[in-house]
Amino acid sequence: MEIEKKYGVYVCKGCGIGDAIDFESLVKVIKKEGKIQHIKEHDIMCSPEARAMILEDIKPEGEGINSLVIAACSPRVKYEELDFPNVLVERCNIRELVAWTQEPKAEETQNLAEDYLRMYCARVKKSALPEPYMTECDNTILVIGGGATGLSAALEAANDGYPVVLVEKEAELGGYGAKIYRQTPSTYPFTTLQEPVVIKKIKDVQGHPGIRVFTSAAVEKIDGQPGLLYAHIKTNGNVETILVGAVVVAAGAQPYDATKLSHLGYGLSKDVVTNVEMEELAKKGKIVRPSDGKAPQRVAFIQCAGSRDPEHLPYCSDFCCLTSLKQALYVRQQNPDALAYILYKDIRTPGQTELFYKEAQSDPGVMLTKAEVTGVTVGSGGNLLVNATDTLLGADVAFEADLVVLATGLVPATKDDPVVNLGYRQGPGLPETEEYNGFADSNFICFPYETRRTAVYAAGAVRQAMTIPMAMDDGVGAACKAIQAVEHVAAGMAVHPRAWDETFPDPFMQRCTSCKRCTEECPFGAIEEDEKGTPFYKINRCRRCGTCMGACPERIVSFKDYSVDIVGSMLKALDVPELEDEDDPNAPYRVIGLICENDAMPALDAAGLHKLRFDPRVRFIPLRCMGSFNMVWVSDALSRGVDGMLLMGCKYGEDYQCHFAKGSELCNYRLSKLSETLDKLGLESDRVQQIQVAISEFDKLPQIVGDFVERIKEIGPNPFKEF
Amino acid sequence: MNAENRKILVIGGGISGLTAALEAAEAGAQVVITEKAPYLGGRVAQLHRYFPKLCPPTCGLEINFRRVKENPNISFFTMAEVTQISGAAGDFDVTVKVTPRFVNDRCVACNACAEACTAERANDFNFGLDKTKAAYIPFDMAFPQKYVIDASVCSGDCGKKCLEACKYEAIDLNMKPETLKFKVGSIIMAGGWEPYDIAKADNLGFGKAANVITNMQMERLAAANGPTAGQILRPSDQAAPKKVAFVQCAGSRDENHLPYCSYICCMASLKQATYLREKDPECEAYIFYIDIRSPGRYEQFYWKVRDDEGVHLIRGKVAKVEEEPGTGNVKIVAEDTATGDKVRMTFDMVVLAAGMVPSTKASPFPLPLSYTPDGFIIQELLPPGIFAVGTMKGPLDVMKSNEDATGAALKSLISVGGRS
Repeated sequence: MEIEKKYGVYVCKGCGIGDAIDFESLVKVIKKEGKIQHIKEHDIMCSPEARAMILEDIKPEGEGINSLVIAACSPRVKYEELDFPNVLVERCNIRELVAWTQEPKAEETQNLAEDYLRMYCARVKKSALPEPYMTECDNTILVIGGGATGLSAALEAANDGYPVVLVEKEAELGGYGAKIYRQTPSTYPFTTLQEPVVIKKIKDVQGHPGIRVFTSAAVEKIDGQPGLLYAHIKTNGNVETILVGAVVVAAGAQPYDATKLSHLGYGLSKDVVTNVEMEELAKKGKIVRPSDGKAPQRVAFIQCAGSRDPEHLPYCSDFCCLTSLKQALYVRQQNPDALAYILYKDIRTPGQTELFYKEAQSDPGVMLTKAEVTGVTVGSGGNLLVNATDTLLGADVAFEADLVVLATGLVPATKDDPVVNLGYRQGPGLPETEEYNGFADSNFICFPYETRRTAVYAAGAVRQAMTIPMAMDDGVGAACKAIQAVEHVAAGMAVHPRAWDETFPDPFMQRCTSCKRCTEECPFGAIEEDEKGTPFYKINRCRRCGTCMGACPERIVSFKDYSVDIVGSMLKALDVPELEDEDDPNAPYRVIGLICENDAMPALDAAGLHKLRFDPRVRFIPLRCMGSFNMVWVSDALSRGVDGMLLMGCKYGEDYQCHFAKGSELCNYRLSKLSETLDKLGLESDRVQQIQVAISEFDKLPQIVGDFVERIKEIGPNPFKEF
Repeated sequence: MNAENRKILVIGGGISGLTAALEAAEAGAQVVITEKAPYLGGRVAQLHRYFPKLCPPTCGLEINFRRVKENPNISFFTMAEVTQISGAAGDFDVTVKVTPRFVNDRCVACNACAEACTAERANDFNFGLDKTKAAYIPFDMAFPQKYVIDASVCSGDCGKKCLEACKYEAIDLNMKPETLKFKVGSIIMAGGWEPYDIAKADNLGFGKAANVITNMQMERLAAANGPTAGQILRPSDQAAPKKVAFVQCAGSRDENHLPYCSYICCMASLKQATYLREKDPECEAYIFYIDIRSPGRYEQFYWKVRDDEGVHLIRGKVAKVEEEPGTGNVKIVAEDTATGDKVRMTFDMVVLAAGMVPSTKASPFPLPLSYTPDGFIIQELLPPGIFAVGTMKGPLDVMKSNEDATGAALKSLISVGGRS
């Protein structure tokens, strides 16, 4: 049942707002143009006294105000003081954006404040309280990969009480971690080699009643959406479909193909082996030369065999330095007369693993030297000759070895295989793997487990090159994220980065023309098409960025509190004065700034805190993400007489900062299309510009905004202004 | 279990603690954070940019702060230190001491108190590179956005100017230290790290040569909200340096100081070289190193910086750093291990890539825990229900701290009974 909306506007006079603007005039605007009659002022709206006043107003048995505009500070501050239960609150920022950044009592300052109230009075009328999207939700966690990472993920998810399905492609669990002879120390004092810890994890997983294990199995396909994902698991020709809620991708890595390293002797001699083969030799009990079965006296380890090489792997494989140090100790422990040489570019034993490096280094039979290995050749007696440019001595050196171990790097399983095999319109894999050498994470510094597929979390070596102890920790983190995903789906909430959001896209399908822009542009692959080509949402895949809302030419995608119409109504509510003298430096041009609410908006707030001055002719409207920018807003604004529009979004491209990965980039793409249209209409395309702003660049904003206004003045007034 | 026994305490509101708290709360836990500073965000809030994306840490923090604001399952205390813990997993009694802020929740961050205040204090947020008033906000993006009064520098005769200046009744100079006691089921320790006191390395000139600074000071110099509004200027004469040296492993990988590698310093110096080059294309950076450690995908960032013609990498251990008399310039003697030669060069400014020391080295937790001689917590020896994250257990970068904290969140949840 629709409850009748009762509006109230609460205007704060504190923090200099009262000194900056004329309240009498402002109230008139709210009443006459905003058409809201219940208006209250307070000297300190965030005070307990003002809060009590508002709480009294929203009592259903009293005034029953249920739709509020609070014109005060930024919504980023005083969030508890100005949050009211079960009523709609729109925060209109006239502190940072007006009082703190404009000349007090100036005419244009007053105009600016009045425009903000016009916009937010319009907004509150269109906006509504969210109602969560509820679906059935299965809370099973699917873990793909039964190596160190997957075992940890499965075990901890199950220990937390969630059913787990673990799928391993090999016949045995354990992956690479179970095949090694010893493990590098993962705890203080970091000096003694350990038994592989994976062995115990395998037993724990096999004995856990909450974990169902599939071996010799693969995930053939996953359909559906988070909370309701149908995983088709193929084992020995049989396919079983299991309902799961979220997925941990822990498919691990393969060793780099050593046959591509013939310059390092691989394939030329049996006595050139990879580090993985060296583990197998050690595990068999005795390290011997494959060619003649003799114990080697001189073993050379060649680091970065394939890694850190633009011709092979353009990254460091992270585990190989520690592994070679460990294997050098194998050689020494088996035969105290044998010597191990490690030829490296840089020894990479970060953190406390440095202590293990020192331990290995203290063994007089382990020789470490920085060298660029130029090649490995086979000498006359079948012995191996390692040629190097020894960068420590400056001279070229060549020395003989009985056995050469190539410290080959790793290649993530997601490099050439989608692994998750999602039955999604946008394709079966994780899209980001294409951009990052097969590795599967996005936003990897702050939010490392995120992928661009909702409720699918990458862990272990598919995400980053890493060591086994690190991978085991990593699996636990990804399990935590998967648990959150099913819990949020069950509660009808979004997941990262809007993990609190209960709104969801609700398209008015009658007007859909099946143009497919939304299905193509959604960064998270949330929209599918039926057999007729009509899009439909898989809401639980959605992150609520509004990219579909921005993409839709029919403007049919809406959230309860965010829609094309809501922002459009704000634009249409503006008062755009005529320009009597367009050459007057202070002529009242009007510019709209559409700003990313996570980055540009806080930057503007910081500029406010620093009391920087902004051109008073710009009105800022926060967007969830630049991806939600709909081009109709340009015509809404231009037809209203607005002279220009500045879009302030996040950096895009390789080092993108957009929390929705693609939002600002897609906005830019749309803008390029818009420019053509504007030019055709005889409207200068420069009137609408997108710039990339970081949250920390508050100091640059006055100049950026000022320069844009200047550019608009050069272009001249919007020719539609007069109509 | 009742609600209290299922609650999780996170000690430390830096990036590891915040992440642990948020990930646990979003997976269904009740969480309390205690943070000893007046703001959340910890060490990363002081960074100009993260490597390798060169993005501002406040961007991710903003998301995290919003998650805190929107989540009813999280509460936090700033200026709060845990002084006592007793009990066992599922039933810990915690005592927290809250230092008076002298500013209450009515604060609107209007700055009137700071304008009225006459006393000054060294700005610890900027590592002493400038001063703030005794009434101050730690930095512009501080969360919560509230001022603090440092009573230790208040002069008795100031006439309580701040009190008169505040129109919001937000200042309470009679605020007393508070002691809070509550029960929790599990504890996550996220005390973070301190930069190594590099003045202890006598040969590296810190504290003696004015233009020898630390890497963390460099972060503040580069930041727009730092002491120089983002201009990199050397301390002695506020001149823009044209030739800057970075001394790697300043304290780290050194038996006399820190035997371990501090993990972040190679990437941090490579990143800081980009600050210099971006702000002044004529400025040249020289990095003296033992090994360049840019593990995993960081390698590509290393290549990008290495290929910049204005960045010079010299493999060599720096033996001596000292001030050139009269000029403020800094002389470096190093051994170039690639050529074996002694390198003697003079720079306008020198940045010491000082290492990382766990906060537990100087102030251990009020619990009988096992530490390494370097002050790191030995995870394997922790009692049930207690978890350590991030740099508590060893030097780490932000990415790995976040991974670790997310995993600890789940382990902590399990220890308070899991999904029941």
